[in-house]
Amino acid sequence: MLRDAFLSALVALGLFGAMIGLKTDVGATALTLTPRPLAVAVAVGLVFVGRLALLAWKKARPPHATGPGALARRMARIGHFVAPLLLAFAVALPLFAGRYWLDMGILVLTYVMLGWGLNIVVGLAGLLDLGYVAFYAVGAYAYALLSTQLGLGFWTCLPLAGILAAFWGMLLGFPVLRLRGDYLAIVTLAFGEIIRVVLLNWVSLTGGPNGISGIPRPTLFGLTFTAGGGEGSFADFFGIEPSVSHRVIFLYYVILGLALLTNWVSLRLRRLPLGRAWEALREDEVACRSLGINVTVTKLTAFAIGAAFGGFAGAFFATRQAFVSPESFTFIESAVVLAIVVLGGLGSQLGVALAALVMIGGSEVFRDLAEYRMLIFGAALVVMMVVRPRGLVSGRAPSVALGSRKRIAAEMVTEGRG
Amino acid sequence: MTALLSLRGVTAFYGAIQALKGVDLDVNEGEIVTLIGANGAGKSTLMMTICGNPRARDGQILYDGADISALPTHLIMRRAIAQSPEGRRIFPRMSVYENLLMGAHGRSAAEAEETMEQVFALFPRMKERATQRGGTLSGGEQQMLAIGRALMSRPRLLLLDEPSLGLAPLVVRQIFSAIRDLNRSTGLTVLLVEQNAFQALRLAHRGYVLVNGAITMAGTGPDLLARPEIRAAYLEGGH
Repeated sequence: MLRDAFLSALVALGLFGAMIGLKTDVGATALTLTPRPLAVAVAVGLVFVGRLALLAWKKARPPHATGPGALARRMARIGHFVAPLLLAFAVALPLFAGRYWLDMGILVLTYVMLGWGLNIVVGLAGLLDLGYVAFYAVGAYAYALLSTQLGLGFWTCLPLAGILAAFWGMLLGFPVLRLRGDYLAIVTLAFGEIIRVVLLNWVSLTGGPNGISGIPRPTLFGLTFTAGGGEGSFADFFGIEPSVSHRVIFLYYVILGLALLTNWVSLRLRRLPLGRAWEALREDEVACRSLGINVTVTKLTAFAIGAAFGGFAGAFFATRQAFVSPESFTFIESAVVLAIVVLGGLGSQLGVALAALVMIGGSEVFRDLAEYRMLIFGAALVVMMVVRPRGLVSGRAPSVALGSRKRIAAEMVTEGRG
Repeated sequence: MTALLSLRGVTAFYGAIQALKGVDLDVNEGEIVTLIGANGAGKSTLMMTICGNPRARDGQILYDGADISALPTHLIMRRAIAQSPEGRRIFPRMSVYENLLMGAHGRSAAEAEETMEQVFALFPRMKERATQRGGTLSGGEQQMLAIGRALMSRPRLLLLDEPSLGLAPLVVRQIFSAIRDLNRSTGLTVLLVEQNAFQALRLAHRGYVLVNGAITMAGTGPDLLARPEIRAAYLEGGH
């Protein structure tokens, strides 16, 4: 135990020796190096003590005190209550929450939707996609361009954005049909970057780094949500005082509806042969082939449907912000969505929602902590991987069952294998 | 009797390595035919080539009178051919019930239910374990599941790749007797690839011996069992 802790401290010394131990300052003529041995000592000491405490805790904790099945059953029971409660809370939020909380709700729900969309690709079909943000970008730019150039409305563009994103999903799918795991991850990562770089450099179409502004806001059956009220506005039609908050509430319900649609579709798909084929594909591709499943079509539909939901979310993002630029679609967005899916537990709908709430909501709440936010985020990820390596809500219920459904214990679900 | 499956001069390659060097083989309707051979002789390759992965480079694979050697795998598998692949390859995180349903991919729910009852009748253990996760089954049960899953598509021809792999002798006997019952009661045609030559030849009507990607001997089960060269190469020293 001591030896292990000592080795960890040694690694920490190697890492922090240069990162923390040497500080560059602007001197009179050139940069000067200031050594900071005390800071390094503190960091290394923290690692040593932390590792020792972790090992001691692991030793003290009896292995599976309640048994693996008990934990999964308890989680499942809690899940039965948590999901409807969360939904009721989400529906009722605009009744009592202010502008700030509604905006945050919209943000969280956008990520919930992205998480559920990516869950189809990563959680169900087992295809590790690091470039999911590309489809988000395609959806956002599709709406931005169609509305500003052709004057199409949000509700016309929403399905178009989804279809376009699905098309790009298939385009990505073709070259990666034969790839798995790490190789697939690299290609999808590159794909995400390609889309962003094209958006950045195709100035004549996308405006390049300046982005596209003045994107129209959505309407409710033709009723607009302008702050000043006036003819044909929501406030005018219902004869109420015009208010900016109407639009925020409307946007909130739009994204709530879209997210619930994503959830409903993925739950439905899981019960269909196609969804089962996705799950089987995640388990064993060769076995799928031997059963007469068309692996090509199965993979492409997973990419396309996952991408379509990314596209919907993108169109929503564009209309909410009224402005899009390539800056919103960097790799970190893909990483955050993937982290939500992995933290939530691959394939778990409730887990993804909770993870989005914790990660997006949490990082908003901790905004005041500025640069320490990422530190907390990183530490939370490490703790998660130690305590619940298979995600918040791990384990899966069979999509079809004879008689009573039986949950499959978390311990039996493989850890984060793309 | 007419041949349900016949291979004529089939060759197959892995890159530059020739794995099959012109294989001729017939499987008649209602027969159990076994293919025996040492490690690396090309037994599994032959099985996979019938399924179109890898594809046969030369020669013909005739199934029910039509050449299937150019068809994509999933279309071959929809022509009432089913395979229980080497190493079983069940879906470990899916329940037994879901595993079986995967075998009935592309068929109606009612048909699937009906076939599943037949599979449960053949392997009652599968019914007991229906809600259990595939990966928690014992080796023998996993093999039963793999065969059951293959049967879910109601095949005319069942390809079995090493069903005895890593199983206790008693379990092997159970599985082989299930295959025999199936063949007798439904007339299912079976092509069985085995290293366990003794058991396989006792079960099969006819057998082929594959050495280095080519057929070197063929004959009825008892006939091959009696040959001294077979005894020396595949049967002596335990099985």
